[in-house]
Amino acid sequence: MPINKIVSSFDDAVADMQDGATILVGGFGVVAGAPSLLLEAVARKGVKDLTMVACVAGFGKDVWSLLGFKFPEDQDILVRNGQVKKAITTAPVSAIYENNFERLLRAGKVELEMASQGSLAERIRAAKAGLGGVYTPVGIGTVLQEGKETRIIDGKEYILELPIKADFALIKADKADRWGNLVYRRTTRTYNAVMAGAAAVTVAEVNEIVDLGELDADFIHTPGIYVDRVVVRPDVVEGAEVEISEAARQSHQKFLERKGN
Amino acid sequence: MSYIMEDKFRLDRQTIGLRVAREFQDGDVVNLGIGMPGMASNFVPAGREVIFHAEMGVLGFGEMTAPGEGDYDLVNAGGQTVHELPGMSCFDHAEAFTMIRGGHVDVSVMGAFQVSEKGDLANYMVPERKVGVVGGAMDLAIGTKRLIISMTHTTKDGQPRILKECTYPITALNCVDLIVTDIAVIEVTENGLVLKEIAPGWTPEEVQSLTEPTLIVDPDCQEITLM
Repeated sequence: MPINKIVSSFDDAVADMQDGATILVGGFGVVAGAPSLLLEAVARKGVKDLTMVACVAGFGKDVWSLLGFKFPEDQDILVRNGQVKKAITTAPVSAIYENNFERLLRAGKVELEMASQGSLAERIRAAKAGLGGVYTPVGIGTVLQEGKETRIIDGKEYILELPIKADFALIKADKADRWGNLVYRRTTRTYNAVMAGAAAVTVAEVNEIVDLGELDADFIHTPGIYVDRVVVRPDVVEGAEVEISEAARQSHQKFLERKGN
Repeated sequence: MSYIMEDKFRLDRQTIGLRVAREFQDGDVVNLGIGMPGMASNFVPAGREVIFHAEMGVLGFGEMTAPGEGDYDLVNAGGQTVHELPGMSCFDHAEAFTMIRGGHVDVSVMGAFQVSEKGDLANYMVPERKVGVVGGAMDLAIGTKRLIISMTHTTKDGQPRILKECTYPITALNCVDLIVTDIAVIEVTENGLVLKEIAPGWTPEEVQSLTEPTLIVDPDCQEITLM
């Protein structure tokens, strides 16, 4: 039977996600490769107590709208829905806004494990590659060293960073074929390509599905072995017009006044 | 203490960027932080070819596009759309940080809240907020060959940012090579902080009065030049 990893809907693509799952969410921020429609599907499914592993904890549509942009959803949709128990992230908060994650963190409703971008990438890659961990000098003398094993190698001190094992990887790519071979565009490859294959189930949200053989073998970024499901976006994905909440407006104003400190 | 100095000329953000960009050598791979450091991208000295690196996985991109005119699949570390240039390459986050952490990036320019006498850096969190953004700062501070900090010399209320010891949470120890502020250029050396350049109209004593550790005044200390 021909291999076919293409699923027909975003809801089907995450239908077996359970409460308490650890999910890797690709992209840098919403502007560089967040799997927005998969995040909406997880929000519709309503699974709770998620551990979300992502570069950022999300900004939210209303603050983007306030800044004059019209973007689809980012990680914020799961945070503001109360579906996230813990985030492992490099940028939990924003420099220009008190995001929902910061608000919930202050209220003691979410946990935070801070990571540096390089160590986050390596911890995910370690899981994907079957490694027991990675030694890095990044974080020595900082809060990121706390509770971690250290070791001197060739006279230099390193921290042991452990792999992050996950149930789902939700990623975004440009093109896919039915084997799950992926190609990304420009700066959207980021964590998407790192996370592909680093979880029990990898789901790729793509702009376009092409026939098998259409992607040049020398230019496939993620070989299909790392991908379990592919789901295609509709032709146009735009951020809907959103109402800017008073909280977002006030918070942004506060940050503008504080700027330059 | 600084009432006499309040009226003195200080470099604005663009001019600090102009001074920082003078440090870029022909062929350097340069990573620029968000905000003030990003200004330096507009001022690469004529005749020098510099390749810009951004942490989400791109080398060799161009200037920022006009607002609303760019491609949101191609952004810099600040999420701003940038122009493509011939020779540009794109890659994933692990590769981008292999470049950074493996010592393949020549220069990193970042902002800071505080820098210590030994070159310790604090730039990811204001303690009162209790949460900050580490992002790629720790990786860049440890991994790049040369770390340049661009910042205002003092806080809004006139307190020094260059201190004997950082009081804010540490980004990385012993990592800063050069500090470019709105009144001075200071090199971090094994012997201490060396005052190399001062803004027009300032004296070394005045710069010292706004700096906590003792500065070693370079015998060739001169006015900041931009060309």
